[in-house]
Amino acid sequence: MSQRCAKGDWVMIHQIILEPHERSKDIPEDTAKVPLEAWIKGWANDSAEVGQEVEITTPSGRITKGRLVEVNPGFTHTYGPAVPELNPIAQELRAVLKEAKNRG
Amino acid sequence: MARDTSYRAVMARQNEIMKKSLGMDYEEYVKGPIVFDYEAMMSGSGYTLEKVREIQREVGVGNTPLLELKNVTELVRRYAKPGYGARICVKDEACNPSGSFKDRRASVSLYHAAKKGYPGALAATSGNYGAAVASQAAMRNLGCIIVQEVFDSRHVGQPEIIEKTRKCEAFGAEVVQLTVGPELFYVALLLLEETGYFNASLYSPYGVAGIETLGYEIVEQCRARYGKDPAYVVVTHAGGGNVTGTARGLRKAGALGTKVVGASVDLTGLHMASDRDFNRKSFTTGHTGFGVPFATWPDRTDVPKNAARPLRYLDRYVTVTQGEVFYVTEVVATVEGLERGPAGNTSLAAAIPLAAELPEDEIVVVQETEYTGAGKHPQAQLDFARRNGVEVRRGDPRENVPGKRIVIPEKFSQLHVTEMPLDRMRRSYIRNAVQKNGLKEINAEEVQFLAEDSKLTPEEVCRILEELEVKVRA
Repeated sequence: MSQRCAKGDWVMIHQIILEPHERSKDIPEDTAKVPLEAWIKGWANDSAEVGQEVEITTPSGRITKGRLVEVNPGFTHTYGPAVPELNPIAQELRAVLKEAKNRG
Repeated sequence: MARDTSYRAVMARQNEIMKKSLGMDYEEYVKGPIVFDYEAMMSGSGYTLEKVREIQREVGVGNTPLLELKNVTELVRRYAKPGYGARICVKDEACNPSGSFKDRRASVSLYHAAKKGYPGALAATSGNYGAAVASQAAMRNLGCIIVQEVFDSRHVGQPEIIEKTRKCEAFGAEVVQLTVGPELFYVALLLLEETGYFNASLYSPYGVAGIETLGYEIVEQCRARYGKDPAYVVVTHAGGGNVTGTARGLRKAGALGTKVVGASVDLTGLHMASDRDFNRKSFTTGHTGFGVPFATWPDRTDVPKNAARPLRYLDRYVTVTQGEVFYVTEVVATVEGLERGPAGNTSLAAAIPLAAELPEDEIVVVQETEYTGAGKHPQAQLDFARRNGVEVRRGDPRENVPGKRIVIPEKFSQLHVTEMPLDRMRRSYIRNAVQKNGLKEINAEEVQFLAEDSKLTPEEVCRILEELEVKVRA
């Protein structure tokens, strides 16, 4: 993964939106201890190193600034491994349906 | 001079930002702290059912198939008492352009945004509605920003929501991914102010009018195919728009005998704004964490008066467990050949035990499905649950504990619903209406409004008010 973006690269930035003391008063204790953070993607308006502040233009045309986190950020979420608790369900129910059909 | 963007300053400008970004003045309909003209607000937008159908036809939304689940119905009849087990049908809303019924809501909002000349639309949502707004914005070449609550403070994201981020970006939208907290609303306001975009709120009359076609189509399809109306229409209930819009459509089609049953996943005990609880949920929508507070106090949303008022329409409200919904998702894929997303199957999980209560010649309609994909899938969601310390095992679903244990049923006949006491919810709605407005005394017109808004008689409202020590002026 590249540690540096050039102007025009698709990047992700990180911002602190509200520090803990700036947050709403109506939130649970655990949430009140941490800042409200944001991650936004767009095209870099300058070159920068990961960790440095950089300005971006977002797909909606907004210009905003934040700490460069990633260049060409993608998605790595998956379907996950097989789940043994779900795996046998098809066989169990198809057997019931077959039996129902045989009985007529 | 630069505007003050502190939390307090932006929240103080809320009404002004809302008015501009919604393009409607709620003052026209508001008659006092409690009373507003709900029907005038709903029709004031000018979007009649016919107009909405025309808008949706143009963008390929709606007219989804009603599928009969023959094998699921057969499985119900295997354990129901003789002669029982209603026919179960599902409205395959996953066939909409972005993969859920939310396209119906977004289609009207984006039509309106384009007509009024807004440069784009914004929605604050971690649900399928984001993708729906992004898709409709793409069709109309409008800008789009979706603000989502995605991560806890460790930057660990819910797989179901990360998939929704991907989907929004696939349609060309800007996505602002946030950590946990209700200040999502503050960020949305800031961005509305910055961009001048239309607030494609889920709770505006546009967002609710778009769903009326869903209820209407169900009645048309049932009458054409079976010559009768469904006994129950089961609706996944979260923010209340789905229940409200569907029920209004059923009424407009004249299905007055059809019962509207709301269904939510039981997440009792998990705090919606807690950083720690966030990733102990294995469902991010369609659950009681939205379903209960939004029904008992609808005006908690991002609009002055919420168009989604589920207590007006619910005949019954039930919950199901997370494990049951995952089980049913596997069932419908492997015995009906319909691979759909788990959250959209919440109402199907409830419909199965409900069908067993009814004679064979009745019909139960499940009014939605949603698309599935990486992250938004039983395997991904159960794997995530395990990695966050939640136990997953097979057994009796009654042993389910939200945030601690997910129990996948061992047998089809173990699927069950838990009744949510609507009377208690109606009572807490009335308490909220008087207490949040600081009222010690109300008048007859206000009693009448509360009765309509909670589906009680004025006498029942008066009895509750008496218990709350609120006087009724003659």
